[in-house]
Amino acid sequence: MKAMFAAFAAIVVIAIGAHQILERSGFSSAEQATSSSVRLGE
Amino acid sequence: MKRLALAVVLLFAFLVQGIAQDQTQGQQPVDRSATGGAQTLEDIMKRQRGEKVDTGFRRNETGDPNSAAGISSQLGTLGGASDPELWRALRYGSADITVSSGGKEATVLMQDGGMRWLAWRKGPLATYGAYLLAGTLVFLVLFFLLRGRIRIDGEKTGHTITRFKAIERFGHWLLAGSFILLAITGLITLFGRFAIIPLIGKDAFGPVAFASKWVHNNVSWAFMLGLVMVFVMWVAHNIPNKTDLKWIAVGGGLLKKGVHPPARKFNFGQKLVFWGVIVLGVSISASGISLLFPFEFPMFAVTFEKLNALGLPQLVGLGPLPTELAPHEEMQYAQLWHSIVAFLMIAMILAHIYIGSVGMEGAYDAMGSGEVELQWAREHHGLWVKEVEEAQRSSKAPDKNTVPAE
Repeated sequence: MKAMFAAFAAIVVIAIGAHQILERSGFSSAEQATSSSVRLGE
Repeated sequence: MKRLALAVVLLFAFLVQGIAQDQTQGQQPVDRSATGGAQTLEDIMKRQRGEKVDTGFRRNETGDPNSAAGISSQLGTLGGASDPELWRALRYGSADITVSSGGKEATVLMQDGGMRWLAWRKGPLATYGAYLLAGTLVFLVLFFLLRGRIRIDGEKTGHTITRFKAIERFGHWLLAGSFILLAITGLITLFGRFAIIPLIGKDAFGPVAFASKWVHNNVSWAFMLGLVMVFVMWVAHNIPNKTDLKWIAVGGGLLKKGVHPPARKFNFGQKLVFWGVIVLGVSISASGISLLFPFEFPMFAVTFEKLNALGLPQLVGLGPLPTELAPHEEMQYAQLWHSIVAFLMIAMILAHIYIGSVGMEGAYDAMGSGEVELQWAREHHGLWVKEVEEAQRSSKAPDKNTVPAE
């Protein structure tokens, strides 16, 4: 059962990691759909 | 038999006649003089009847700037295109649009293919998808009622054998856990509007939809990693071989008590699940990536081109598939394909979950602790047990070449 719970924990870690990486590398929909003259979140 | 053959011949004759008639009708020029070249009542009625209307007569009537009246002459300031002609160009996506942000997709202002997609998504996709899943569940319940739990026939030995190592179980559960999350959140996304909103209301569904989207988008990477792990670890054991014929001949022993065809590490049924998961998993990952990065990885125009070259769509009567797709159409096809593959996978995995849990005594241990009852292994994977036992014996036997230390 340990392997199963380790895998489930890995799913959570991967999901959070993927979200962070994609957000920080500018892949959010908001950033993708605006031009450089638009200030987001300011 | 003769009557059947006659019926088939008549049916074909009827179909061929119908197609021929359609073609001759399509070739006849339509008289639109009564409307000055604009669409006629017949065009409108045809569209309402769901028949195909050749829109070439207005699609291409978008003005001609080169033959515009001089700027100083009457109507010269209007340029070579009238307002209706401009709107027509916008309507059919041929207007020259400039946008300050967004890619090619932002220049598409109207996309009527979206209506076909929406109708297909709400209609056949959701309906047949739901039938497939419900049908699978009903089938499994009936199977359980008729066949019962497949028990270990022989006497239990009290000994176990290691079926899957920790890394194998980790890979399996990475794939399985992420798949279940993706399946649930995917179903929420597809059925939310017409199955969940009526139950809990829009306000409550909002956060559910948002969380579903987050989970679906981000858990997908764990699924892809699990898919790669499982493929690498198990592909060598899943190559079909002659033993599978014996398994197929007795239906895997699933239908009759006490029947246990020989099998190595994976029997033919498991091989089907393995290749099903790999092929469908790769396809769903590809369409998923296309959806995850909208408009960045269009795949369908290229795929359709290849399919057309092979002649497959023409063979099944779909005719050549469109090879010039608007960016949005690419996304729409990706979404439909993603869902179709997902439904097939969910149906297959429901059966896999059934046989790996309630359907068969001793099966769950293989992925739970990794240790299975020896008698279970002998019954379901007899050849594999022999291989493992022989490997153990040979590793224990003293090597003839080794010289004892003095």
